Amino acid sequence: MNLDRRHFLIMLPAAAIAWEHVLAGTPETSPNYSMSEHWWGMLIDVPKCIGCGNCVRACQAENDVPDGFFRTWVERYLVTDVNLQNPVVISPDGGKEGFPYAAPEDEGKYFFVPKMCNHCADSPCTQVCPVGATFITPDGVVLVDQKYCLGCAYCVQACPYGCRYIHPEKRVADKCTLCYHRITKGLTTACCEACPTGARQLVDLKNPNDPIHAFLKTHAVQVLKPQMATGAKLFYNELDGSVR
Amino acid sequence: MSFFKDAGHLFRFGFVFVIAFLGFLVLRHFVVPKSFGEYGHYRGASIAEIAAHPIHFAGHDTCETCHADILDTKKSGKHANVNCEACHGPLAAHADDPSIQPAKLDTATLCVRCHAASAAKPKNFPQVDADQHSTGLPCETCHQPHSPAIAAGGAK
Repeated sequence: MNLDRRHFLIMLPAAAIAWEHVLAGTPETSPNYSMSEHWWGMLIDVPKCIGCGNCVRACQAENDVPDGFFRTWVERYLVTDVNLQNPVVISPDGGKEGFPYAAPEDEGKYFFVPKMCNHCADSPCTQVCPVGATFITPDGVVLVDQKYCLGCAYCVQACPYGCRYIHPEKRVADKCTLCYHRITKGLTTACCEACPTGARQLVDLKNPNDPIHAFLKTHAVQVLKPQMATGAKLFYNELDGSVR
Repeated sequence: MSFFKDAGHLFRFGFVFVIAFLGFLVLRHFVVPKSFGEYGHYRGASIAEIAAHPIHFAGHDTCETCHADILDTKKSGKHANVNCEACHGPLAAHADDPSIQPAKLDTATLCVRCHAASAAKPKNFPQVDADQHSTGLPCETCHQPHSPAIAAGGAK
């Protein structure tokens, strides 16, 4: 290659930019995974949840979640006939060790609601971050860059679903990553892997063969707090109107 | 050039401004991470860092490559769609190195996590009052966990 000084100088800035990308390293280069081909979400089939707490334990084991903090948790609702708008909600230790006995003679209806980060397409938490430490990836997962986070907890306040916390040792924001280290390798999330009844299913909205598309058309599916227009991607099947 | 006759102080000011701006650019070059802004207003390299976290749950596909016999047993039973690690716990370490043996499970406590009777559970989900049902005996005395129906082919 014959390079005169003139052309060398022209190419220098371009080479510098390219080298920055080489240094950065991207998941795009990991085998068989392209961020632009996915848009992740999750389907939660409320009538299938038995409140066993497998998902909570699995999440803690997979992601080293400290005791007393939860990236996912399960709530048990009791909606009584006399007070439809104010259900009795319990979640002892996030439902990690199951729930107390519920007697069949109790008045009202019981059901379980698993909760976690909704991986909103227009999430309030990423909008309030003053330093750009939390963001939505090109494949639709809201993550925290823990090396960049200051721990100011704006995002913890901003999340309408209460899905974030400040890690007690790292002193930075922590949250569900939708098991990003698993889904980029073709595995499902730890909570979906451990759910015995299939109440949780990882869905890829960009995959035309994903059963979610047929499911959304044929079932009564809702997201939490739709009035906040967060673009939540946690789809709840047969969600009771009293769930907040 | 009578217009610039008294403008010396402006040039001095402009010079200071240019120096300060260059200083800012140099500082910014060293302070802002290389991959910042690669995909948006965040450090693009952090995506790869999070994707590199270690895995603890191997996934049922990995289990089934070795334990095909258990898969056959499970297929016929009610637990066909229950993944291995739902009961056995995270076993990626065992999948990497089969000499690491998983802990033996205690069915008397494990099974009731799901099957303890409660009005909060779906009506069609099989539930028992463990004290009455087995008087504390381990469930595996009668039920094989991989295919829990007692009589072969009988509906549970």
